Amino acid sequence: MAETLGKSQGSDTIFPQSLIPQSPMPSYLFWLFSTIMLIGAVAVIAFRNPVSSALAMVTSFVGLAALFIGLSAFFVGVIQILVYSGAIMVLFLFIIMLLDLKDEKRRTESYLPLVAGLSLVGIFFVQLVGVLSNKLPNQIAPVLDKAALAAAAGDFKEGTKIHLALKDGHLPDVHLIGHTLFTEYNLPLQILGVLLLVATVGVVVLSKRQTN
Amino acid sequence: MPSLNDYLLVSGLLFSIGLAGVVLRRNIIIVFMCLELMLSAANLTLVAFSRFNVKNGLPDYDGQMLVFFVITVAAAEVAVGLAIIVALYRARQTIHTDELVSLKG
Repeated sequence: MAETLGKSQGSDTIFPQSLIPQSPMPSYLFWLFSTIMLIGAVAVIAFRNPVSSALAMVTSFVGLAALFIGLSAFFVGVIQILVYSGAIMVLFLFIIMLLDLKDEKRRTESYLPLVAGLSLVGIFFVQLVGVLSNKLPNQIAPVLDKAALAAAAGDFKEGTKIHLALKDGHLPDVHLIGHTLFTEYNLPLQILGVLLLVATVGVVVLSKRQTN
Repeated sequence: MPSLNDYLLVSGLLFSIGLAGVVLRRNIIIVFMCLELMLSAANLTLVAFSRFNVKNGLPDYDGQMLVFFVITVAAAEVAVGLAIIVALYRARQTIHTDELVSLKG
């Protein structure tokens, strides 16, 4: 990976060479970030204090965003950090501090939820092993090298940013997502706008103090 | 290089942890966080399939579009859910799920 990053391309590139890694994530990084993500997730459940849980969730989502970036989904990784670790987490902390919650008391009676939870996890694990023991196609991520990307450039109009970047051997992730979003997924996008409006109005109505 | 199975394994584990949290914890805010973990596990699966299913030399962007929509809907859901929790706390002075039993038959 290092040698492909180091090569200088030409003066007509629109993306800096060093920003766009195209080869799949190395194994040790994958396991490092997966471990961070899973430990964060376990910590969300294990901590008694809700504020600690919220911070553990940030850790988990940062690991997840790193996995997204390793999968060449740069836009989704950035959105994960911005929306989850930024906005949603602040909202959670805000509500936790607003309600001034006490630490949850240790459970004394009733082991039924524990048994139910563990058996659910067991069922999922058995299913997971069943799925993973089957052979799936494309076990190794196809390499998005310069030749493959340059071949894909033909599908886009000459002179557009996507076309130029693909011809240079870069993956213009954000441009491609924008292109797909505003062509194939235009109607769902409009519906999403209406949904967000409804959610905004709903939140205002819900949090208004009842006067009667 | 991690294979597709590795990604599916990790995201399945994340989903299971989230589900265990939903069942085990009684603080409704923590339950809500665990729901977010489960949604993120699904997102990881979608992005992994998108990357491993290369179409015409590019990752399959349909999967990433679905992730985009899931994240947006999750943000709206968190906003509405937390507003409901605040209204609930105002009415009952508790957010522990085992004290909220008025719908129990």
